[in-house]
Amino acid sequence: MGQHLISAKQLSRADIERVLDHAAALERDSPTDRRSGTLLGLCFFEPSTRTRLSFEAAIKRLGGDALDMGAIEASSVTKGETLADTVRVLAGYVDALVLRHPSEGAARMASEFVSVPLINAGDGAGQHPTQTLLDLYTMRENVGLDGLSIGIMGDLKYGRTVHSLSLALTNFDTTQHLVSPESLRLPRGVRYDLEAAGASVQEHTDLSTVLPDLDVLYVTRIQRERFPDDAEYRAIAGEYRIDAATLEDAKENLIVMHPLPRVEEIAADVDETPHAKYFEQAKNGVAVRMALLDLALDGGGIFAADESGSLADWNEGADA
Amino acid sequence: MSGPEGNAGGRDERDDGNEATETDADHELRVTKIRNGTVIDHVPGGLALTVLGVLGIDGSAGEVVSIGMNVPSDRLDRKDVLKIENRELTRDELDVLSLIAPAATINIVREYDVSGKHRVDRPEQVSGVISCPNPDCITAGNEPVSPTFDVLEEGVRCVYCETILGAEGASLTEHADIG
Ligand SMILES: [Zn+2]
Repeated sequence: MGQHLISAKQLSRADIERVLDHAAALERDSPTDRRSGTLLGLCFFEPSTRTRLSFEAAIKRLGGDALDMGAIEASSVTKGETLADTVRVLAGYVDALVLRHPSEGAARMASEFVSVPLINAGDGAGQHPTQTLLDLYTMRENVGLDGLSIGIMGDLKYGRTVHSLSLALTNFDTTQHLVSPESLRLPRGVRYDLEAAGASVQEHTDLSTVLPDLDVLYVTRIQRERFPDDAEYRAIAGEYRIDAATLEDAKENLIVMHPLPRVEEIAADVDETPHAKYFEQAKNGVAVRMALLDLALDGGGIFAADESGSLADWNEGADA
Repeated sequence: MSGPEGNAGGRDERDDGNEATETDADHELRVTKIRNGTVIDHVPGGLALTVLGVLGIDGSAGEVVSIGMNVPSDRLDRKDVLKIENRELTRDELDVLSLIAPAATINIVREYDVSGKHRVDRPEQVSGVISCPNPDCITAGNEPVSPTFDVLEEGVRCVYCETILGAEGASLTEHADIG
């Protein structure tokens, strides 16, 4: 049963469209009380005020409520409780769980121990599928989802939003241009899946050659801790920043996206251009998460009606 | 490298197994017969020591082990043959072996007789025999799950963090947990 949302890889085109359509409908009708009495568990082992608040807003706008486990690292984790035990207990209190955890594969493992729907809100450098759904929603609203040339730039190695987005895009007629320093290219696991999906992907170390072709430029942050020293970080990160002048070579209707928070990779002067969609993107997080939660809480599984069966197959594997 | 000199008797098993190199036994002391234990044949040439590593056999427990390396073979060009006395392989050991040496044949020898002869099966998934090399994988902590890998055409992949571990014997051995 497609009960949990763990990885973008499990999403078929039909799954994605179902969530996005539902999000659009909810956005028109909001607020609603369709989930009154529902309790959503927020289980964040890593600070992420933005994602946590987005889920909390979503469940409250559906008429339900959130039970925030608070600073977990300060309580059970220091006592040495396993994640498996923690989620098993919490799952007894709530109707669905949202998990953010620093270890890769945490959501997949946790889902094996709970009977309520579990949604991965980020697992280390792994996946962040709800971010991807809101990214796709934003693209669809602005430029559609087919026939696109999409640039993804920055830290592709550790950037979980990139891993999820890149895999989800294989469901659509898109060409992906991956722009990153050599040391931060996509990890082998994601490449393997892209290849298996027959994705159209090109890699670049320099944005300028592909920028004029792009319909979407998705920028991610390159973090200081990925580099041995400050000088190297400064030199490399500097090459993957954009400002309004950079975008003069871009198509008029190029949209610039970013999972936020941004630091210096998008200069403030881009905010004033019609290209900037990252704040709209963040706002879309609520409607998309409302849709996702509403579908998840239906009981039959988030994507149970999916005829392609991709999710069902995937989860069968998980149970084995 | 030693072992009791077995007697081939009247059995006619020219290829492999306990009789692997006995076709012209007088000149061929490369590998001798064993009384009880396991013969692993058709290991790709040069990987015998890797196989021993995976099985956790380093001689410290006193096992009698005979190895033939780079023995001419019809099937593999050059193959390695291992004879391990008084030891039969577990399911987990066979699983890992299948990843390194998919063409291997396992002969279980009892009283000089090949009592069981099988190819290794490449499983769809292996669990608890390899640890995930990703230090940030959830299986690296104290969670109550075994590291589990899907077996790919080449290599294996952690079902939790999706890290792919190469097919090369050496890289798998580094992470093998058995033995
Ligand atoms: Zn792993």
